[in-house]
Amino acid sequence: MSSVPLSAQLINLFASVILLMAFAMLAQRRVLPLINLFAIQGAVLAASTGVVAVTTHQAHLYWSAGLTLALKALLLPWILHRLVRRLNVKWDVESLINIPTTMIVGIVLVVVAFNVALPISQLSSTISRGTLGIALASVMLAFLMMITRSKAIPQVVGFLAMENGLFLAATSATYGMPMVVELGIALDVLVGAIILGVFFFQIREQFDSLDIRHLERLKDS
Amino acid sequence: MTVAGLFGQLLAIVLALVLAPLLTGWVNQCRAWMQNRSAPPLLQSYYMLHKLFLKDVVLAHGTSSFFRTAPYVIFGCMLLACAIVPTLSTDLPLAPSADTIALVGVFGLARIFISLAAMDIGTSFGTLGGRREMLIGFLAEPALLMVIFTTALISQSTSVATIVETLAHRDFVIYPSLAFAGVAFTFVSFAENARVPVDNPATHLELTMIHEAMILEYSGRHLALIELAASLKLYAYSCLGLALFFPWGIAAGENPLGLLAAIPMLVFKLAVGGAFLAGIETINAKMRIFRAPEFLGTAFLLAVLGLLVRLLLETRV
Repeated sequence: MSSVPLSAQLINLFASVILLMAFAMLAQRRVLPLINLFAIQGAVLAASTGVVAVTTHQAHLYWSAGLTLALKALLLPWILHRLVRRLNVKWDVESLINIPTTMIVGIVLVVVAFNVALPISQLSSTISRGTLGIALASVMLAFLMMITRSKAIPQVVGFLAMENGLFLAATSATYGMPMVVELGIALDVLVGAIILGVFFFQIREQFDSLDIRHLERLKDS
Repeated sequence: MTVAGLFGQLLAIVLALVLAPLLTGWVNQCRAWMQNRSAPPLLQSYYMLHKLFLKDVVLAHGTSSFFRTAPYVIFGCMLLACAIVPTLSTDLPLAPSADTIALVGVFGLARIFISLAAMDIGTSFGTLGGRREMLIGFLAEPALLMVIFTTALISQSTSVATIVETLAHRDFVIYPSLAFAGVAFTFVSFAENARVPVDNPATHLELTMIHEAMILEYSGRHLALIELAASLKLYAYSCLGLALFFPWGIAAGENPLGLLAAIPMLVFKLAVGGAFLAGIETINAKMRIFRAPEFLGTAFLLAVLGLLVRLLLETRV
């Protein structure tokens, strides 16, 4: 172990924190701490990308690290915070199945993700390839969060967290996507969040609630 | 087995007996300061033990001999645990007698005895406390085992002494798995030692207590032994946590001077750890008993995550 360079250790540490945040988001019942956890995950992701950039001297990784920090750690949480304030939804989010069960399902997902990622990451030669499994696990945990939550805002946070996981996967497997693709995805996410914000108001106007289970009925009863 | 090893072992046991009540007193003192109360003296635990040892034993009607032998068994278990956990040096002649899994078993044995003794007297409080203790115990033990497996994977051994030796004498490497395991271990030790988020050691409120409910009927030297055993348990857990996650300063060889130099380091680490414990206890409120499974489930989750991260990230880099 002593031969592992410090940068690889730092990347592993950041990846573990990202996984931990994914679990914390899965277990968090309230809206505002959920958004804060998402912001922390974004900041750690930016730090991890920054370490990869410094280690490998890839210029475009600096840009994506900065972009991640600005967008996912600052701008999107700010938009979400504003939405929560404007919609006046600081109540508890309820999950469909209880938290310990969700956690156990989450652990199973992590085991699956680690096993699936193992052969793929051996093909890669990057410094951060070990974190591919964690990236995959974060994506699946975010999926799980979208499935288990019934309120609209946690679902959007799950969607954004999934993008975090995908970004980590891209960085760990191939040192990031081309700049154009990355910019495109970043803008897509931003625009998506803004449009969903508009949707929230529409949903609330229509149903007096943000519970998306109301959307399952197509006709007025 | 060498003379130096034997000396180190004896010194560790004597030190455990001396320091354990002191640690309890120090935690109580820190907690009182942080809560703006006037603190009891540091030696309060000794005064209590002295008073209790001088008093006569009063036995409830209908108690069996089990009730009378239980305090000695519990005390013996905790003393053995303190002897196995490396506090000053990793060269312990008693260490081969039990590895980490057996250490968890020793704690489990003590828990079974105290719960059965609580049920033996037949009062409702004793039964209630015993059941709650078993609830907490069966949730905390798997998490503790997972923490230990993580450290055992790193050092390729389940012997406490070997684990601590490996961890103490390595190059500085960031182990994310150890960080997970450390947090999980903190959670577990709060639950196991009847500290605040799970149980309140200072309360005698009937409906909230766990540990106190079990020992209500004990008096005199039996109570003194149980109180001392509780102090020893806290000491053993603190030393195990310090040895696993902050192992610096533990002597490795058979050097008596290194042994003596390890004592101030240990006292310093325990003092910091005790203040940390008191701080956590101050900023937290006791949670409902039915939230405890969630708390310990989180500990288990963290421990399993540590294990998985260890397998994924740290084995083949």
